[in-house]
Amino acid sequence: MNRPLETIEGNEAAAYVAYKTNEVIAIYPITPSSTMGEYADQWMAEGKKNMWGSVPVVKEMQSEGGAAGAIHGALQAGALATTFTASQGLLLMIPNMYKIAGELTSTVFHIAARALAVQALSIFGDHSDVMATRSTGWAMLFSNSGQEIMDLALVSRAATLESRVPFLHVFDGFRSSAEVTKIEFLSDDDMKAMVTDDLVQAHRARALTPDRPVLRGAAQDPDVYFQGRESSNPYYLATPAIVQKAMDQFAGLTGRQYHLFDYVGAPDAERVIIMMGSGCEAAEETVDYLLAKGEKVGLLKIRLYRPFSIEHFIAALPKTVKVIAAMDRTKEPGSAGEPLYQDVITALVEGDVSGIKVIGGRYGLASKEFNTAMVKGIYDEMTKAKPKNHFVVGINDDVTHNSIDYDPDFSTEADDVVRAVFYGLGADGTVGANKNSIKIIGEETPNYVQGYFVYDSKKSGSRTISHLRFGPRPIKSTYLIRHANFVAVHQFGFFERYNVLEVAAKGAVLLINSPFGVEATWDQLPTQVQQQIIDKQLKVFVIDGYDVAKAAGMGNRVNTVMQACFFAISGVLPRDEAIEQIKKAIKKTYGKRGEAVVKMNYAAVDASIENMHELKAPAQATSTTAMPAVVSSAAPDFVKNFTAKIIAGEGNLLPVSAMPVDGTYPTGTAMWEKRNIALEVPVWDTDVCIQCGKCVLVCPHAVIRAKTYDPAELTNAPATFKSSEARWKELPGQKYTLQVAVEDCTGCALCVEACPAKNKSISGKKAINMAPQIPLRETERANWDFFLELPEVSRAEGGIKYNNVKNVQLLQPLFEFSGACSGCGETPYVKLVSQLFGDRALVANATGCTSIYGGNLPTTPWTFNKAGRGPAWANSLFEDNAEFGLGMRLTLDKQSQYARELVARMRDQIGAELADALLNANQADEAGIEAQRNRVAELKLKLNTLANSGSPAQAKDLHSLADLLVKKSVWIMGGDGWAYDIGYGGLDHVLASGLNVNVLVLDTEVYSNTGGQASKSTPLGAVAKFAAGGKPSGKKDLGGMAMTYGNVYVATIAMGASDAQTVRILLEAEAYDGPSLVIAYSHCIAHGIDMSKGLNQQKLAVESGYWPLYHYNPALKAQTPSRNPFVLDSAAPKVQLKDFAYNETRYRMLSQSDPVTAERLMAEAQKEVTERWHRLDMQAKAQ
Amino acid sequence: MDLSTTYMGLKLKHPIVPSASPLSKNLDGIRKMEDAGAPAVVMYSLFEEQIEWESRVLDHYLSYGSESFAEATSYYPDLAHYNVGPDEYLNLISKAKAATSIPIIGSLNGVSTGGWIEYAHKIQEAGADAIELNLYYIATDLLRTGAEVEQMYLDVVRDVKKTVTIPVAVKLSPFFSSTANMAYRLAAQGADALVLFNRFYQPDFDLEHLEVVPHLVLSNSNELRLPLRWTAILHGRVPVDFAITTGVHRTEDVLKGLMAGAKVTMMASELLEHGLGRINQVLEGVKSWMIEREYESVSQMIGSLSQVNLAQPAMIERANYMKNLLSWSPDPTGVLM
Repeated sequence: MNRPLETIEGNEAAAYVAYKTNEVIAIYPITPSSTMGEYADQWMAEGKKNMWGSVPVVKEMQSEGGAAGAIHGALQAGALATTFTASQGLLLMIPNMYKIAGELTSTVFHIAARALAVQALSIFGDHSDVMATRSTGWAMLFSNSGQEIMDLALVSRAATLESRVPFLHVFDGFRSSAEVTKIEFLSDDDMKAMVTDDLVQAHRARALTPDRPVLRGAAQDPDVYFQGRESSNPYYLATPAIVQKAMDQFAGLTGRQYHLFDYVGAPDAERVIIMMGSGCEAAEETVDYLLAKGEKVGLLKIRLYRPFSIEHFIAALPKTVKVIAAMDRTKEPGSAGEPLYQDVITALVEGDVSGIKVIGGRYGLASKEFNTAMVKGIYDEMTKAKPKNHFVVGINDDVTHNSIDYDPDFSTEADDVVRAVFYGLGADGTVGANKNSIKIIGEETPNYVQGYFVYDSKKSGSRTISHLRFGPRPIKSTYLIRHANFVAVHQFGFFERYNVLEVAAKGAVLLINSPFGVEATWDQLPTQVQQQIIDKQLKVFVIDGYDVAKAAGMGNRVNTVMQACFFAISGVLPRDEAIEQIKKAIKKTYGKRGEAVVKMNYAAVDASIENMHELKAPAQATSTTAMPAVVSSAAPDFVKNFTAKIIAGEGNLLPVSAMPVDGTYPTGTAMWEKRNIALEVPVWDTDVCIQCGKCVLVCPHAVIRAKTYDPAELTNAPATFKSSEARWKELPGQKYTLQVAVEDCTGCALCVEACPAKNKSISGKKAINMAPQIPLRETERANWDFFLELPEVSRAEGGIKYNNVKNVQLLQPLFEFSGACSGCGETPYVKLVSQLFGDRALVANATGCTSIYGGNLPTTPWTFNKAGRGPAWANSLFEDNAEFGLGMRLTLDKQSQYARELVARMRDQIGAELADALLNANQADEAGIEAQRNRVAELKLKLNTLANSGSPAQAKDLHSLADLLVKKSVWIMGGDGWAYDIGYGGLDHVLASGLNVNVLVLDTEVYSNTGGQASKSTPLGAVAKFAAGGKPSGKKDLGGMAMTYGNVYVATIAMGASDAQTVRILLEAEAYDGPSLVIAYSHCIAHGIDMSKGLNQQKLAVESGYWPLYHYNPALKAQTPSRNPFVLDSAAPKVQLKDFAYNETRYRMLSQSDPVTAERLMAEAQKEVTERWHRLDMQAKAQ
Repeated sequence: MDLSTTYMGLKLKHPIVPSASPLSKNLDGIRKMEDAGAPAVVMYSLFEEQIEWESRVLDHYLSYGSESFAEATSYYPDLAHYNVGPDEYLNLISKAKAATSIPIIGSLNGVSTGGWIEYAHKIQEAGADAIELNLYYIATDLLRTGAEVEQMYLDVVRDVKKTVTIPVAVKLSPFFSSTANMAYRLAAQGADALVLFNRFYQPDFDLEHLEVVPHLVLSNSNELRLPLRWTAILHGRVPVDFAITTGVHRTEDVLKGLMAGAKVTMMASELLEHGLGRINQVLEGVKSWMIEREYESVSQMIGSLSQVNLAQPAMIERANYMKNLLSWSPDPTGVLM
């Protein structure tokens, strides 16, 4: 049979089989499995059919727990049903997994295996998640590569139906799920041969139906539960043979033979590694290499890990084995050994095999590199008389000394494999073009291919590294390229920041995108780079890709330009054919976006090669510039020794001893990571400025700051430092400066949009205007440093009330320079909270964008003031954030109460006056809080004295809790995915608790962090992932639901519509002695807008009535006379919903793809908006 | 009485045609125009910039932020199809042709000889009976000569004519140094009709916000004079059909336009402001006028007041201008500002 070959990622392979062989699919986004759900949802929207010629139902749920429950129900009702997940998502499915297995129900869950959140969250791949489900009674079948994912997805589908044991089909997150390889597609006939009608009908016959009623899921007492638990044993005993039978049948269809345990290597091997997952590929490559050298080594790949068949395991193991290394991609602290290690020992003992030394090793946690050099290191360790047990490989454990050594230069890669590494920016399209390139090579040449893509943790200005391999044999190199014979640097600035040529092999080709032209480029390279080019004898080509891209109308997207150059140099295809194929790929990728886009890309391709020139490197390095230090010499030691390594891309070199043991990190680190990513930055015009503070308020990255100060402070100011007379009546004679941190700015220009002051002579200019960054960098760096040294305003003195936009600009932000998207709509709110309450705030942060830009290493934007105070931040999980914050509140309340009790008990010792003042302090404003802090300081001094005399125990006790006497503010933050969906149950409970917590929902109306999947906040008619056909239902009224409690402060805000209301609401919400819920409209990159116009979209959202501003303040009811607690803060709608909506791609794309539906949904949405406004209006007018 | 006219070979039941406007944005609007008695409909314009812009905007936002972050390599589902560029427009023409029995004239607005000209062919394929080519170029380039601009216009007409077999009308700006020569050369390039004149979207200033803002002002009958004069000058001398499209509001305007030499007179502002019922009202007025004056057909009056048929042809030229200005001046001294 002729099966099509396509170059796709592993997730698509899994989703393809899952979609084809199921009727009901429940989905929920979680990296790195989200794309499986996205494929399924999109295929459903396109009407693609399963193997029975029907379109499956794909339903997004509110959490993975919900998805598992829905699948459980679907299965019980007789459907063939599946889901996709990873990591914490899989953990949430565990309760249902026990049920599904206990009821012997056939299903396959496809798992892109991922690390668990422990000392830190990680989105990357290992087996911690699936290992946490070992006791659920599910079979586990591991795939190690893209082709295996497609194949074993089907094998597991067939086997579960016959065995009745549910299956996890597992493959490694990212390494297998996102790796792009050439895969032979299975046909419907293949599937029909494996998933036979009788198996399907048998499954259906077990369904719940009132036509044959049964009861399933009874409760059992001690008399029978145990026996029931044992009753399914025969099914587990039969499963391995059933799986092998399915594998054999599959081999008959496709020629690809799998076994429960696949052994590769010497038949008389003495050293055997046992493992599963993608690491097997690298291990097999090493085995092949070592076999050729005559070494007696082997690899046992475990396919079916559960049920673990000892019989098959022993049979697969060569009899000659002397040493086994059982390699686990997980960690079980405190165990006798990791799971696979223990299983291997158990199997050998039970199989009566003796005389084999077994060592256990850990590798590859959270996608840590696992390459052939490490595999060789393991084999070498096994030759030792006393090899390390419970070792780790790939890291330097200098604490418990578990790591084994290996030769990092060891390589097994064949010369006939092309290895190309591309350094690009997310924004320049490099990855997209490389995905096209690898598809072209995979599908238009006989080569086998592999594409793997690495991103950094920033959402703006992020660096990407593409690793492409192609060659004449299947590629098993499941590790990053270390010896590239082609290196492309698409951003010239990378030469100064990263050691990009470390990866270049001797004699490699280097392609540089240089704005300097071929002649001048050499002189612009740092000395180290020049020396590398000379030493490695690199052949260098230069193109001004920007010039070519701009001329073609592509702006900064140099992707197709560089792609054409790559093909021209690599010679993988004849040049003309390569151009033709690139154009075909362009047409395929962009064709549906319109001819103009296709032609623009064609023009870029056509102009590329003629603009590329070879650079003949001189024999000597001539540059006088060296690579600059990663961070300033003024940075703290931790930043210099730890953070800077990660920033420089050298985090892999950090030893275990460098790591904080409990996941605790200092804040205030983002300020040291000068990213210089903005092409243009704001420049202050002192003459036009009215000092309103709007630009400071809206700046998502806290790079625009204002201070007022005594004119004497200017004595040593740099020559270009700007100032003007402060326009505050409370601050006569003071100076005012608005300063921009140009090295931290992302160039979003929201500040310019927010500026209300126009230049009277040049209408296009305002009080703040964008200008190129590079000419300003040096002078503004000095100005910024000077500005930071100016004193911060006193929060408690000076008579200024920080309750309006103008005054708030003077408060130091304690959230700065985050890696959020340029122009982010969330971070201005987060920053504002940090300004208003940050020096006494605890932040409970739900997983999502906020936790990633807030807490993803290397740096954190959360920081502290000169007194050392600032927000204390923690992320628990996605689903429990409200409860997490509530726990903080409970502790604060309990401990502050206890502290007060101690103060009362020690009244005489600490002095009645101080004690009474502490207990009766009014902390309603900043002055009151500052006074209480001073009292606490005085108290501590007294307690120090008392600790040495009098009542030492009690004094120390109170001393440890004394800071709790100062009012603290708990902020529970997260996105709509948390608040509306996965965390709603908890949020609801927390709001009902009556306790004093502040909930800030940063509502982007999609799961932004995982790529824009629909949440219950997504509006009617908007397109989102998981709502590819336009969301058919309306947005949940979270505020309305919360108001029903009556004692919850509820408000909506939208800074772009009313910044004054935003400030006022946050102050009121925090001041309210009870739960408060503030829902903040946050424009987002996932809306498809010009981010510099985000504030205008917020304004339109309010003016159209889509996002009415209101607040519900229960405190108003308690006033005399009692007032209506509900107040509308925005005026009646004055523009149509479509005038707001159709500025956004998420709405517009539906009108472009399905105008009839779009029109209908827009009409419904308009009706909803109008009706809701009337409801709210009536509520506000009620007496 | 024969009210019919022929425009670019299209037989129309009367000469009052709705010109390009938002009224033809959807099928319902086109049907309503037919029901209101329109003898043909000129579709709203497909803009060169719109074709390019929609495509680029969609591409920009679908690409923006993609492939930058491991958890979100894209932000939107990859939908199978987008009606970008001309798709929606072409679909509407096809639907309009199927749903009505009147000629549908597609309208293409652009100025370069780029790939967008292919859309003329697509408009024909969609079933349009003719194309109105709206040439609109603001010559802001200090180094570009009038001759170059004129050549650009001519090249577009030449290329469009090569692309299609249906008739092509050219809707013109009145701002040429030699309008008559331009009309002559456009005809030589194969234009089947000249539509006089385009009304431009002139920007305005917003004094409150100190911004330049788009501001569309509907026409009035006073604006008829310019196309009236040029139609009268060119009728019978340039071998094309003429349409008058600015300032046609009342019965008198239609009659004047026909007498100047227009085969059809086109309305948009009047219909937008006072509704489609105006087509029949104005037509009734034309009928009454013709009955009163014993005209038998519209064709009788077409061009009757054009320059070639005038006893005093100079009335339409400069002397008339002098007279007109002097007659208007409120200044008793006769000194003009």
